[in-house]
Amino acid sequence: MKVTESICDPQLDAVRKTCMMVKERHISQRAVTARLKRTPPSGGKTILERMSVTLGQATSFSEQTEWMLKVRDARDRTAFASLFDHFAPRLRGMLMKNGFGAAQADDVIQDVMLSVWRKASSFNPERAEVSGWIFQIARNRQIDVIRKERRPMPEDLAMPESTDIDGEQVLGIEQEVQKLRSAIARLTPDQRDLVQKAYLGELTHSEIQAETGLPLGTIKSRIRLGLERLRFEMKGER
Amino acid sequence: MTDIAHHIPDALLASYVAGSLARPFAMVVAAHVSICEECRANLAAHETVGGALLHDFEPISVSDDLRDRVLGHLDDPFLAEPARPHGNPTYPAPVVEALGDKPPRWRSLGPGAKQCILEAGKAGSVRLLHIAPGFAVPDHTHGGLELTLVLQGAFTDETGRFGRGDLEVADDDLEHTPIAEQGMPCICLAATDAPLKFSSFMPRLLQPLFQI
Ligand SMILES: [Zn+2]
Repeated sequence: MKVTESICDPQLDAVRKTCMMVKERHISQRAVTARLKRTPPSGGKTILERMSVTLGQATSFSEQTEWMLKVRDARDRTAFASLFDHFAPRLRGMLMKNGFGAAQADDVIQDVMLSVWRKASSFNPERAEVSGWIFQIARNRQIDVIRKERRPMPEDLAMPESTDIDGEQVLGIEQEVQKLRSAIARLTPDQRDLVQKAYLGELTHSEIQAETGLPLGTIKSRIRLGLERLRFEMKGER
Repeated sequence: MTDIAHHIPDALLASYVAGSLARPFAMVVAAHVSICEECRANLAAHETVGGALLHDFEPISVSDDLRDRVLGHLDDPFLAEPARPHGNPTYPAPVVEALGDKPPRWRSLGPGAKQCILEAGKAGSVRLLHIAPGFAVPDHTHGGLELTLVLQGAFTDETGRFGRGDLEVADDDLEHTPIAEQGMPCICLAATDAPLKFSSFMPRLLQPLFQI
């Protein structure tokens, strides 16, 4: 099971770099150029249309983000069905890889997708990307199933009172996620297997630490650049 | 808040995200993240990696039956998860939750030191330690990993100074004697995956009694 990786492998380096950029994106406070008013569910224009108008360019959120926002803001069942069709087969792939049997996997998929519907109001595209948000729901659910315990969680940040979406922030996260995905796609099968094991809970923390080939670490240096967003959001939370 | 100097190592954060971290450590990670924006951002980055992996998984088709079942349940009434308590200026939310939203019930550990065990079991233990100014947390050696998060006051040991929010990661190799600074008593959240062995002022015989 031990896979030895060279630290200077260019592909892993790309994953590491993207991981760093994702992190910076999460903590970066940029000049806000695109505060986009979210119109009420009945309001005609899609977020995409409003984005294009505001930014004057053909940029759009990913399908998954659009579906998720429709579920969150309009309880849109068609959008939810699209989310199901996209994520359920991937969740199944992940659960089977994780050793779940078919029936047990179906139960978890059902719980996870219903949680996506029920907890949609806590989805915030400025803080999380849809896949990561669903991944975390799925991991928590798997842990519940296996350990039958409520695991300790950080205090939730309050949802912003404003219904504005910082489109630039959302697009920025999505761009970094794209880079991360293509970096992961370029990994060798062995490397990908190792990363999957780490994030699917099949390695202990000390095994993760010992694996120099994992795209962890090296994300320390630039994190002080801009913490204002999170500082602002965490104000009064402690 | 902004001057936290000692953060959560990436391996622990990734392990927390993956759910492979032993419960006592998960509580310390959750407590630190509750009061540290850097680690919250870092945690979000690790979750994003998890999401990228999920996206990347070879899809395995699901039955129409499952799809119908899920879509058919959307209108079901459901119990919202019980709300988790908020943190207070000393105890972050996960600690308040472990305390059952009550103040800690301290038990003496000897001169200047008290403890309140939050959980103890096969996976290890997690406790609050209350050290009077100038007193030492008894020197203890470890059988495994130990995480110590300062919640109030500060302590200094061979490796440096640890104030509110700072996390000390100690393993087998570190034999250290944290001493509480003058001023407020030092309150720490300490987790270990092995029984702590205090070598000062606590006869070994009493250890089972005190769950040390
Ligand atoms: Zn931190």
